[in-house]
Amino acid sequence: MNARTIFRFDASRLGDLLDGIAERGYRLLGPVAREGAVVYDELGGADDLPRGWRDHQDPGRYRLERSDRNLFFEFNMGPHGWKKYLLPAEEPLWRALWRGEEMLFEETNVDDGKRAFIGVRACELAALAMLDRVFGEGDFRDDRYLARRANLFIVAVNCTRAGRTCFCTSMDTGPEARSGFDLVLTEVAHGGAHFFQVAAGTTRGDALLDALAFEEASPADRNLAKRLLDEAARSMGRHLNTGGLPERLAGSGEHPHWQRIAARCLACANCTMVCPTCFCNTVVDRPALDGRSAERIRCWDSCFSADFSYLHGGSIRQSTGSRYRQWMTHKLSSWVDQFGASGCVGCGRCIAWCPVGIDITEEAERIGEELS
Amino acid sequence: MSNGHVLTPVATEVLSVRHELRDTATLSLLPPPGGAPFAPGQFSMLYVMGLGEIPISLSGDPAESGLWIHTIRGVGNVSQALVRAIPGDRIGVRGPFGSAWPLDRARGRDVLVVAGGIGLAPLRPLIYRLAAEPEAYGRITVLYGARTPEDILYFHQLQAWKESARFHVRVTVDSGADDWSGNLGPVTHLISPVDFDPASVVVFTCGPEIMMRFVIRLLLGLGVAGERIFLSMERNMKCAVGFCGHCQYGPHFVCKEGPVFGYDQVAHLLAEKER
Ligand SMILES: Cc1cc2nc3c(=O)[nH]c(=O)nc-3n(C[C@H](O)[C@H](O)[C@H](O)COP(=O)(O)OP(=O)(O)OC[C@H]3O[C@@H](n4cnc5c(N)ncnc54)[C@H](O)[C@@H]3O)c2cc1C
Ligand code: SF4
Ligand code: SF4
Ligand code: FES
Repeated sequence: MNARTIFRFDASRLGDLLDGIAERGYRLLGPVAREGAVVYDELGGADDLPRGWRDHQDPGRYRLERSDRNLFFEFNMGPHGWKKYLLPAEEPLWRALWRGEEMLFEETNVDDGKRAFIGVRACELAALAMLDRVFGEGDFRDDRYLARRANLFIVAVNCTRAGRTCFCTSMDTGPEARSGFDLVLTEVAHGGAHFFQVAAGTTRGDALLDALAFEEASPADRNLAKRLLDEAARSMGRHLNTGGLPERLAGSGEHPHWQRIAARCLACANCTMVCPTCFCNTVVDRPALDGRSAERIRCWDSCFSADFSYLHGGSIRQSTGSRYRQWMTHKLSSWVDQFGASGCVGCGRCIAWCPVGIDITEEAERIGEELS
Repeated sequence: MSNGHVLTPVATEVLSVRHELRDTATLSLLPPPGGAPFAPGQFSMLYVMGLGEIPISLSGDPAESGLWIHTIRGVGNVSQALVRAIPGDRIGVRGPFGSAWPLDRARGRDVLVVAGGIGLAPLRPLIYRLAAEPEAYGRITVLYGARTPEDILYFHQLQAWKESARFHVRVTVDSGADDWSGNLGPVTHLISPVDFDPASVVVFTCGPEIMMRFVIRLLLGLGVAGERIFLSMERNMKCAVGFCGHCQYGPHFVCKEGPVFGYDQVAHLLAEKER
């Protein structure tokens, strides 16, 4: 925990805060309500936020509805994750071309500029930290990812309400943002008051708060905010018992329950697309019509596709059961071996966006139970 | 590696092409500039303009680091294009990647090399090293299985190694015409504890997964400890640097921790289907 000062400002000044970030050269990206869901897109300012919307989620179900509380951040996770800005769904990597007899490779520039993520939740910060490990640590580093990452200003928002598909407390990632942000906000509506608490996590955040000259939060304000966070932590819609889970899953290879899940799973890959930590990708080569050059494009891929495990002679993972097993054991078990923490941050997206309502928490418990 | 992004190949020239078999050729390339030396068992990513990029093992002698040699069997788009390459062609290359055969573990001990099909290619750099100082090892046995006599890779080289006093080289084919007087049957039939001391031998194997499973089962049965058996795994690979996720094998990334694994690292995975 940092010992930085906690400030408060009236909700009407949220726009000033966002404008202050924009004035420092950052393009604002954040939640907007569109076509029945909260998605991430460009923000002009605070007015574009999905104020007064709240979501209802259950396995296989997501619905936005109006809320008379008129808060800025009453919703939880929508289908988008921030990964789309750091690992674009389709990204040209380089172009190979002939110059005379010589073959040349021209890398495509990363020119996204400075960007601010507005409204990053605690589980999403954990997901970003995980992507950092995948692309930014170890023997090989992805300069494209790192260039984008270095140009971010992150405004976190603490969750004061948990969804019915949320289980961040089980994964120890939320609901309170602890690190990995420039600023962290808590939205408080109490009595007639509607204000934000804000604290910085970096010197960049400090500088912005200095310029805005907000008043310091009183002990009473801070208590209110703390109570809201405690309530959110208590109201998690789901729970996953992670004790011994990685080991149980690692030894579950031939468990009959995989086939039972397979009977329902459509192998549609929705879960991997909405998951904020799923990073798997493939490449596509697009030759120019004149045959003089070819572009290489990196695209999101999913372990649910047959091509994913293709070797000469056929796919290794032919059955849906083996693909679901690959996905879940990677998330909850082998991820720990590979990157030192679970690949699931408890955001619940895969539960809500699975067309047949397969629930990772429930299936993981089943696999664990029947083995013991 | 070059100074560019780890996913960007470097252009290189095909210096020479040797047609090994009807579907297999060996290409010598100029190594990427800055050329990290490679170790036996490592692989590169080879790119053919507009067609794609595939993992191919380095199959030359690591002592001759001025040349990168790859032996490719044409099975699909990219590999067939590489087999058809002619000297002077330009292709892209990245590497070297992955883990190496732990040759040190074999010093002073009997060595058993078991290869199947194109699986001899990733083992050849290791055999070169064994041949360079055979006195550093105990008895050295190379067993190789091919589909037919026409599919025997590096035929003349196998003959030459056979001449060496320290080497036992035996070859078998799955099926041969009437004029084939050699061994018939799977490579497992060539494994005999007469050649090595099961209590200390170090084994290196590469070939179809099913072949490696049978080889390992037989060796374990003879009392060879799993920790002295090393194998090279093949999985789909798009990046070779741990970014794409395709090569995952249980907790392992085959491109980073593999392709060469100790048997004990992967024993439980080999026993399961569709991993
Ligand atoms: C570590 C390693 C070392 C290898 N060493 C050799 C070698 O020394 N000699 C040799 O002949 N072969 C080797 N292979 C196998 C070789 O990579 C495949 O035969 C080749 O990828 C097939 O590609 P293709 O386009 O010709 O075939 P297709 O069957 O047309 O494949 C279509 C696409 O599938 C993908 N694909 C298929 N198989 C693989 C694969 N194994 N890995 C990654 N992607 C794949 C490729 O993207 C390919 O473009 C090795 C494989 C690995 C993983
Ligand atoms: S596995 Fe599901 S709950 Fe876990 S991080 Fe991914 S989408 Fe969220
Ligand atoms: S678990 Fe659900 S979302 Fe994931 S692939 Fe199967 S059907 Fe699609
Ligand atoms: S080949 Fe991409 S992660 Fe191993």
